[in-house]
Amino acid sequence: MTRADKTEWALIIAFPVLIAAALLLPSWMVNYIQVSLGTGLVALGVMIQMRAGLVSFGQGLYFCVGGYAAGMAGKFLGITDFFVLLVLGVVAALVISIALGFLLRRYREIFFAMLSLAVSMILYGLLSSSEGLGSTDGFNLPVPTYLFFAPEGDAARMTLYALTAALTVICAIVLNRVLRSPLGMINEAIRENELRVEYLGSSAHYAVHVTYVIAACVSSIGGVLWALSLGHVDPEMTNWTTSGAFVFVVILAGTGNIIAPLVGTFLLEILRVYAVELSPNTWQMILGTVMLLTIIFLPKGLWSLMGRKPKAQGPSPDGAVQPGE
Amino acid sequence: MTVILETRALKRTFGAVVAAHNINIQIHAGEVMGVIGSNGAGKTTFVNMVTGYLPPSSGEILYHGDSVVGLPTRDITRKGICRSFQIPQLFAELTVIDNMLIALTIANGARPALMRRAVTPELEERAMALLDRFGIAHHAQREVGVLAQGVRKLVDIAMATVAEPQLLFLDEPTSGVSADEKMDFMGTLIAALKSTQTAVLFIEHDMEIVETFSPRVVAFYEGTILADGPTAEVLANDKVREFVIGGEFHRKSETEGGVH
Repeated sequence: MTRADKTEWALIIAFPVLIAAALLLPSWMVNYIQVSLGTGLVALGVMIQMRAGLVSFGQGLYFCVGGYAAGMAGKFLGITDFFVLLVLGVVAALVISIALGFLLRRYREIFFAMLSLAVSMILYGLLSSSEGLGSTDGFNLPVPTYLFFAPEGDAARMTLYALTAALTVICAIVLNRVLRSPLGMINEAIRENELRVEYLGSSAHYAVHVTYVIAACVSSIGGVLWALSLGHVDPEMTNWTTSGAFVFVVILAGTGNIIAPLVGTFLLEILRVYAVELSPNTWQMILGTVMLLTIIFLPKGLWSLMGRKPKAQGPSPDGAVQPGE
Repeated sequence: MTVILETRALKRTFGAVVAAHNINIQIHAGEVMGVIGSNGAGKTTFVNMVTGYLPPSSGEILYHGDSVVGLPTRDITRKGICRSFQIPQLFAELTVIDNMLIALTIANGARPALMRRAVTPELEERAMALLDRFGIAHHAQREVGVLAQGVRKLVDIAMATVAEPQLLFLDEPTSGVSADEKMDFMGTLIAALKSTQTAVLFIEHDMEIVETFSPRVVAFYEGTILADGPTAEVLANDKVREFVIGGEFHRKSETEGGVH
């Protein structure tokens, strides 16, 4: 087992900070944090694919699969246990992503983006026309229980929040390790020059497939957490606008560090709140302007501000760039 | 010497165009061999076929007696056949050391591990040692995209050697290197490769380099082999002089002897 790096320590420290935030901040803010932790995991899924040069415009698919798997288990099977719902959401995403990965791993750039979008929109169409699943209105989820523990009121809210925070931190640490692993390194190489990766003796298709499945599983965890937080799922989870928002977050935040999309998701939520407050009918224009300014002035996202060094500083004495650091 | 690679009646067509036909070559363990021929003669097509980038239209490629036809490039690389490129194929936005670390990481395992840290001090040490062997260790922290062509070529070749291949193809290693530096460049390269006992086949247009560094030469012309043998014999061959070299090249021995 490798030792924790700075990013992982920051994530570990973030957990008690998140718990403290829940006790100190107003409830509306805590709700935004909880929701953005769920969607932040989907943004992480988008981010790890972007490190391989793949832009998924259909990550909402797995966000939705996770949420609907948990919701359907509750609705049709009467399962309310948080951990069982979580496992079901991940298993559903795992099975679907392994199957779809055989197709998607063959495509790159705009073809990958459009194909991932197309697949997510197929699910959107199916769910929107499924009366048993509430069509476009979706349906509600049961209040989760935790093994033999069924908290109520504030205790229920706090338990779900704490588990959401813990799972987000765990997923982020795992993904940080993936980015530093041989797979993470090969993904960067695929983004730069896939031909050379093959000529060095590695299968780019295999690396892309594994990355796609990991991104799907993480996104499905985000979907389960988000659905349980709001107590509701609907087909909008897999609509292209939702998937686009995840891409927006990653572009806004950058792919330089695993923490960036999590922070970016929260910033987007806050930005959206204030944009709606400021201009209820044209709030999207404010988001668009922020997006444009980010692309123009910070093409590598907000996280690039963290990595800027004084010009006089020489190259790092300890050698290579550590992905994820 | 042991034959490590043998091609039999190798042919490749693109529609009506015959890019290579009746290519019969034997490559022995540890030998250095030059390949000459004008543009379009079939040299790179031959390398592309042997390394799995292009499937041959017909014919056989035997590596240690086993056919490698139909195998993907990565599997052929893992068997011990590697190559460098006429235009260096690097990870341009990364540093030289990162390029080497990626090559070493891939060489260490076909299936990338998920939770193990890729970069270790030992791996960095190996990467630096390889760069040092090619005389480019001082460029380790520089981004590949900003390097001079000669250095990029050496990085490209160094990356091709990390898997310790038994057979290495170098596609025009000195192209883009200035005329003054070509000899030194090739000297550095061959010296670095000699220590590995790798069989080297290099495609080259500069006949002085071919004559200096390769005891054996294969001359390609219009997709087929015009001559194959000791360098002195091939370069003295009338057909090779007429169709491949042209009239302007005079062998070192002739020049030294005053024959023009």
